Amino acid sequence: MSTANQASAVISQRWPRIGNRSKRVLPGFGLSLGISLLFISLILMLPLTGLVMEVSAMSFDQFWFVITDPRVVASYKVTALAALAASLFNGLFGLLLAWVLVRYEFPGKRLIDAVVDLPFALPTAVAGIVLATLFAENGWYGQWLSKLGIEVAFTPVGIVVAMAFTSLPFVVRTVQPVLEELAPEDEEAAVSLGASDGLVFRRVIFPALWPALLTGVALSFTRSLGEFGAVIFIAGNMPYVSEVTSLMIFVRLQEYDYAAASAIASVVLMVSLVMLFAITLWQARYLKRVEGR
Amino acid sequence: MTITVDGISKRFGKFQALNNVSLDIPEGKLTALLGPSGSGKTTLLRIIAGLESADSGQIAFSGQDVTKLHVRDRNIGFVFQHYALFRHMTVAQNIAFGLDSLPRKQRPPKAEIQKRVNELLEMIQLPHLANRFPAQLSGGQKQRVALARSIATRPKILLLDEPFGALDAKVRKDLRRWLRNLHDEFHFTSIFVTHDQEEALELSDQVVVMSQGNVEQVNEPTELYARPDSRFVFDFLGQVNVLSGEVQHSRLNQGNAWVTVPGIEHQGNAQLYLRPHEVRLATAPVAHANLPLRIEAVSLIGSEVRVELRPEGWASEGSDNIWEVGISHAEFNQQRPTRGDLRYAVPEIGHLFTDKDTQPATVNWAEAESLPRVRLIN
Repeated sequence: MSTANQASAVISQRWPRIGNRSKRVLPGFGLSLGISLLFISLILMLPLTGLVMEVSAMSFDQFWFVITDPRVVASYKVTALAALAASLFNGLFGLLLAWVLVRYEFPGKRLIDAVVDLPFALPTAVAGIVLATLFAENGWYGQWLSKLGIEVAFTPVGIVVAMAFTSLPFVVRTVQPVLEELAPEDEEAAVSLGASDGLVFRRVIFPALWPALLTGVALSFTRSLGEFGAVIFIAGNMPYVSEVTSLMIFVRLQEYDYAAASAIASVVLMVSLVMLFAITLWQARYLKRVEGR
Repeated sequence: MTITVDGISKRFGKFQALNNVSLDIPEGKLTALLGPSGSGKTTLLRIIAGLESADSGQIAFSGQDVTKLHVRDRNIGFVFQHYALFRHMTVAQNIAFGLDSLPRKQRPPKAEIQKRVNELLEMIQLPHLANRFPAQLSGGQKQRVALARSIATRPKILLLDEPFGALDAKVRKDLRRWLRNLHDEFHFTSIFVTHDQEEALELSDQVVVMSQGNVEQVNEPTELYARPDSRFVFDFLGQVNVLSGEVQHSRLNQGNAWVTVPGIEHQGNAQLYLRPHEVRLATAPVAHANLPLRIEAVSLIGSEVRVELRPEGWASEGSDNIWEVGISHAEFNQQRPTRGDLRYAVPEIGHLFTDKDTQPATVNWAEAESLPRVRLIN
């Protein structure tokens, strides 16, 4: 037998060719993969292709002109900075919340665990209106904050608050399972070796958590980039100051300028995709090293 | 460092894990905590380490009360069953962890830590794996790294929780020998938890047998095996054959089976315990015993031939109504016992438990062929 044949025999053993049913243990591979791909195409790929089609009708100069419009560029800055602030805040607060939910037993724990998902379940517009009311100058929070000279509603700070609210569950729900799976022996081993509590967290718990934490923060960030409903009610929407990119897309749509709307949307899409890809790749490499997979 | 356990009790909800346990662990010795699961041996070890707190009682190291001392200040080495290596650290970083964790004033300089780590790597014979991650090691290697990590700060006390429990038989044997050498070299006061009686008897200087939160017996391995104090210890340490019946006029009867028990005054219920090597097999009943058994299985593997027999016309207690007798290969070649043959068990030394005493009376037929005699053990 030639080496090429041997090699292909090995490959076909490890990776059964599609259609080679007799060698596969679990049935239904073809059917399940087919249906999954179909729905990914219909729900994810096709709309994205539509977006690209719309953009490709423009010349590059037109495209560049639309996406570098000073008002739009200002909105990028506002959106990115607000999303960054919101996701960093969520990184800290979400970690704390996950920690409390996993590590301690207290009455009402199940309730809090359920409430964490509320931002996902609540229509974002409702969240936006509620937040705007609370933080308005005469609202429950706003009246106290204005005495301290802090304005939240209708400023970029309001955008951060809205973004943080809607994307908090991402961090909690990615960190929580990892925290639950941490073996208590690791901490006990560290303590028995004389490590202080701070050192145990820094050198034993956090290194195990941070791939998940980073994923959660990244998801929170990308979600915040595209947040619309919750933000527009509290942002104030002043050009160059508190306009987010998704509002710019909405404005172009209202002007029936679909091409321009798609062009701006494609910028947000690219940034999100690149970020998610980078994180996934980095994480795969990190886990491969640590887990020897 | 001696370890004194004084009146330790621990309760988990409704479960009494430890029931007023007191123990003295001698300095420089390797002590085994042996018992079935749920006997409280791991809980006791964790309380000695400070990983668990007792409901009542005291722990002292060399006479100094450490009950309230935090685990990180007790300066003990602790080895876990599932290694508990830090998986995001290399082997070298794992071993250095204890030294890196020392407060700045006590921490040796970087170069010295490196030197110590290299020494330890050398000692566990894994210097070539210094930069690997735990996931890339085998179970035996992981446990050796865990051991090196636990002794890096030179603790006086080494505590091991089922250290070989997760390893396969061959590796376990190697590591056992290795641990014994390590112990002899460094003279820790060591305690290890195990449910494997062979491991406890082979490895330790002293065995503490535990059952249901109590200490059943403490003794050297050879003494413990030869003179168990209670039915539990007898049952737990090795295979045992039991004849349970009624003693009348110095004869123990059950069904058509009987054994004379010379010198026993007791009348009524009693159990005779016999180790597999304390019984011979004969083709006809002898003057002091009539114990007919039918051969169920013969196993030739090992230094001894193991014969499993089923009582004929009477019943044994426990062990699925099976008696086990060890005969030499020479005897086997002479007698050629095969499955289905009828044989008569001839006890040579036995241990009789009665309802009156918790401790057994030893009956020695071989010695007492002409002059029946009974020794009482205390």
